[in-house]
Amino acid sequence: MNNQDFIEITDLYFNRNRHSVFRGVDIAIPKGKITAIMGPSGTGKTTLLRLIGGQLIPTSGQVLVDGQNVHRLSRRKLYRLRNRMGMLFQNGALFTHLNVYENVAFPLREHTRLSEEMIRSIVLMKLEMVGLRGAWHLMPSELSGGMARRVALARAIALDPELIMYDEPLSGQDPISKGVLLRLMRTLNDSLGLTSIIVSHDVQETLSIADYVYVISDGKLIGQGTTDTIKQNDTRELNQFLHGLPDGPVAFRYPALPLEQDLLGDTQI
Amino acid sequence: MMSYVQSLGSWGLATLRDYGRAGILLSRVVFAVPNVRKGFPLVLQQVYAEGVQSLLIIVVSSLFIGMVVALQGYHTLAKFGASQELGPLVALSVARELGPVVTALLFAGRAGSALTAEIGLMKATDQLSSMEMMAVDPMRKVIAPRLWGGFISMPLLTMIFNAVAIYGAYLVGVKWLGLDAGAFWSNMQASVEFHSDIVNGLLKSLVFGFVVTWIAVYQGYDAVPTSAGIAKSTTRSVVYSSLAVLGLDFVLTAMMIGGW
Repeated sequence: MNNQDFIEITDLYFNRNRHSVFRGVDIAIPKGKITAIMGPSGTGKTTLLRLIGGQLIPTSGQVLVDGQNVHRLSRRKLYRLRNRMGMLFQNGALFTHLNVYENVAFPLREHTRLSEEMIRSIVLMKLEMVGLRGAWHLMPSELSGGMARRVALARAIALDPELIMYDEPLSGQDPISKGVLLRLMRTLNDSLGLTSIIVSHDVQETLSIADYVYVISDGKLIGQGTTDTIKQNDTRELNQFLHGLPDGPVAFRYPALPLEQDLLGDTQI
Repeated sequence: MMSYVQSLGSWGLATLRDYGRAGILLSRVVFAVPNVRKGFPLVLQQVYAEGVQSLLIIVVSSLFIGMVVALQGYHTLAKFGASQELGPLVALSVARELGPVVTALLFAGRAGSALTAEIGLMKATDQLSSMEMMAVDPMRKVIAPRLWGGFISMPLLTMIFNAVAIYGAYLVGVKWLGLDAGAFWSNMQASVEFHSDIVNGLLKSLVFGFVVTWIAVYQGYDAVPTSAGIAKSTTRSVVYSSLAVLGLDFVLTAMMIGGW
């Protein structure tokens, strides 16, 4: 493992319901950088994050996080490693019975014995970083989608993790929220010295802040490199994904019998 | 024929897998080292959510059940000139059977279904996953407090059910139908054994509380994280709990009947 890589994934295979999600994927996530993992919907980007976090077990291959094989760790050691990770879920995954303040305080209360005063200061600082200090008293149901993700981000960085994983942070957001989240992701990465992984299919926005990019399709890597290298790469698969072409190696149509056979024949529906 | 055997086999395997997963969940809760400082307030919250908030339905139902049993019992006993035995009839029926069983059935419908839906929704909205990623075990934080909360609440609710049902019977038997209050209470006191009737009834309610809450939390934790999946799990939770209560009641009664 390269000393500059925080995560190294080697020859990863993962099957789900007899469907092969990954077929021999190799990925290295450099320390202190923002790495984007992109690809069409359903290619297993979120699954990859769960494999890194040890929530899923690969069929074969290994995932090393800071030199530790995630899937060979005991539960105690895995939890200790997870304390050094933060994850922002697609919908925020805030605890609906707790208000914003208590959501951000949750990991602090669970993993530290800080005084209530200290917790208060940390929570307010983290909320200030995401611009929501004034919303500490709101319940998750009172937040917009973008605000919920920012609160979840404040919660994810509450324990000052070394790695933060963003699962589709931009999907379903309006342009202003997207801009806010992009700026936050870049600023937090640089100011806190984090290693960030962004899983997304918002091509232009993600490329605007990523340092390194991996593109996955059909269980394999179809491209990797710096943002400029990816933009200049003109393989058909990458070209279709980056430019949003409706048909190409990723077919528009789901495999089916000929249309006449379905319409005029006796295919059972 | 072969396809029938095949589907029977796969159903059998799926059912066994289900039991296995439910057993693993239970062992992870029961054999976990307790953390009193963090765990006790969570259990207390659940006793409130599952127990205190079920009080209204338990009190109202038990009052009516006590009144109906008294009304039915009085007319039947009167045919044999034994209407003075109404107190023992009601107290024994309630303490041995109706109290634990009806409380468990009402608990499964009110608190059990809520538990399943809540845990299922937490799963569907990634709250359980996010907890895991924050290095917090959902078994300890979500499942265990709910299981112990149900286990503690059920006998308490059963005691309240028993008391209110007997009071309902008193209202009908003594205040309405004109039985002598002294005969009502003293016959009851003479017939009801503390150990074989009251304690055994409470033992039943402990078992029911454990089983109903176990089924409810397992169904929520194992729910398919979609709206249809959660709806199915919630239905299954109530149906399986009710059947388990009625089945176990027979087994427990058969075991306890020697003492009567």
